[in-house]
Amino acid sequence: MARYGKDARAIGGLVRDAEVHRDVYVDPEIFELEMEHLFPNSWIYVGHASQLLKPGDFITATVGRQPVVASRHTDGSIHLFYNRCPHKGVKIASEPCGNTGKFFRCPYHAWSFKTDGSLLAIPLKKGYEGTGFTDTQANDGLSRIRNVVVYRDFIFARLSENGIGFEDYFGESLSTIDNMVDRSPEGKLAVMAAPIRYMHTCNWKMLVENQTDTCHPMVAHESSAGTAIKVWQREQGDSKETPMAVQLYGPFMSPYEFYEQSGIRIWPNGHGHTGVANSIHSNYSDVEGYLDQMIATYGEKRAHEILGEVRHNTVYFPNIMVKGAVQILRNFIPIAVDRTLVESWVYRLVGAPDKLYERALMYNRFINAPTSIVGHDDLEMYERAQEGLKTNGNQWVNLRRLYESDEEPDVTAVINGTSERQMRNQFHAWAKFMTMDMDQPGEAAE
Amino acid sequence: MITEKTITDFIYREADLLDTMQWQAWLDLFHPEGRYWMPLEWQQQDPVLQPSLMYEDLLLMKVRIERLAGERTFSQKPKSRCHHLLQAPQILACDPAAGIFRAKTSYIYTETRGDALERFSGWASHDLVRVGDDLKIRLKRIDLVNFDAPFGNIQLFM
Ligand code: FES
Ligand SMILES: [Fe+2]
Repeated sequence: MARYGKDARAIGGLVRDAEVHRDVYVDPEIFELEMEHLFPNSWIYVGHASQLLKPGDFITATVGRQPVVASRHTDGSIHLFYNRCPHKGVKIASEPCGNTGKFFRCPYHAWSFKTDGSLLAIPLKKGYEGTGFTDTQANDGLSRIRNVVVYRDFIFARLSENGIGFEDYFGESLSTIDNMVDRSPEGKLAVMAAPIRYMHTCNWKMLVENQTDTCHPMVAHESSAGTAIKVWQREQGDSKETPMAVQLYGPFMSPYEFYEQSGIRIWPNGHGHTGVANSIHSNYSDVEGYLDQMIATYGEKRAHEILGEVRHNTVYFPNIMVKGAVQILRNFIPIAVDRTLVESWVYRLVGAPDKLYERALMYNRFINAPTSIVGHDDLEMYERAQEGLKTNGNQWVNLRRLYESDEEPDVTAVINGTSERQMRNQFHAWAKFMTMDMDQPGEAAE
Repeated sequence: MITEKTITDFIYREADLLDTMQWQAWLDLFHPEGRYWMPLEWQQQDPVLQPSLMYEDLLLMKVRIERLAGERTFSQKPKSRCHHLLQAPQILACDPAAGIFRAKTSYIYTETRGDALERFSGWASHDLVRVGDDLKIRLKRIDLVNFDAPFGNIQLFM
């Protein structure tokens, strides 16, 4: 039953100033519309240039639900195409990453393509002479996605031909990526390994919202972080040094006051971050030699500036979260209305001591793995919400914490860290990018 | 005298303690420096500078076990249960003089919670050491056959 169709007003009506209708999480039609409108109209993370070092290197990814291939061309440029052969649709690349040599060759009938996607050769080519082949889309080779921006090695794409530009879309929010890259003494990050993958039986937006939900850790994670603190206090004996593991778990139990003062910053287009003044990542022990390396590269003042910026979670709308201080990016890949694949990547700070990479990997498996007790706490909440939202007693999700009636959309502001304003910010952007290419431009309903 | 049968019996008993949820008795099988490792790569060598699903010492395993019984452990309401189906362990080393005892055991593991049931296959490798008259686990390594697939929650121990 199609209820929303291309009706921008009906879709806008799902987002009130401080409430959203449950259909945004549970209605399969809304999910289809997100794939058709929201994801193509937004800038989506594809991968990292360190995964494409040599000509012929490629990675596969999904943008929204569209399978794509990114490749490094012979001239060093990065290209992005839909992962299908123009002949009969066979996927050109079947592995997460690899090197294709000088060209892609379709395994079905051996059509081949240069690493910029253009058609290289077809066996028995003369069979196409005089058939009108040159007028077909197939003649252009692999269908290219032209709106691709590589920002400090982070590859983003917008599927829609027309729409908002990269700089306008992200604006000042790019400062989190900047900070993460600057934390390398060589100003460079590297992907060293595959991500941790974790299947979630819930809507993708629940994960995104949770990234700036600062009123849940001390409650939902009491079982994991709280127990970690308790066991350590009991077992520590005479040891002076808190193990890295306890340093990572402990801060999740910080009280409300901690999150209140640490603040949230919101940006236009649904981006925002927790941990403005300080964050749960602020008090990790120093790693020997690292500060000296940073000072050698950046000078005393700038090095302290970079390392003093310890943001917590930065949401890049619609579906990634970046943790600059521990070099992690989580990609919330929508599979179905109630199914989300979470891929959590760790970047190595090139040139920095091993200990920092060790810590980032540890954090990733503690928090983002299917074997992670913190992950178990969170997924339990998402699954219960996915079920609970099917009830008919109340069809609205309440996002009113610290709401002020004069809140402007699409602004930059720093606010109390327990506000739900970043969630409101995301839903304003959600309505905007869902409906911007529909007939009646949608505005979030009053 | 530790024989191959001692090792095999040890491995069967270990699985049984997990299946019967005798968590503390299971933990007591570990050496104080023992580790539980679930790699994330094929034939992975390094648990520290390569990503793993789990690489836990006794402190972290204690946290897990206490958490399972916690009053506010919502992901254990209802509780999970598990079942190990083991092939006969393959003894890789049984050298009492050198103190080296190693075995590899093919398994099918089932974890269930509420109406959901998940099944996993792989190999468990045990590095054991003698402490007094007993064997203790120095390293239990779990290699899933599909380590690279995305899983839902795995809340107990394989
Ligand atoms: S489907 Fe690719 S060459 Fe035929
Ligand atoms: Fe959480």
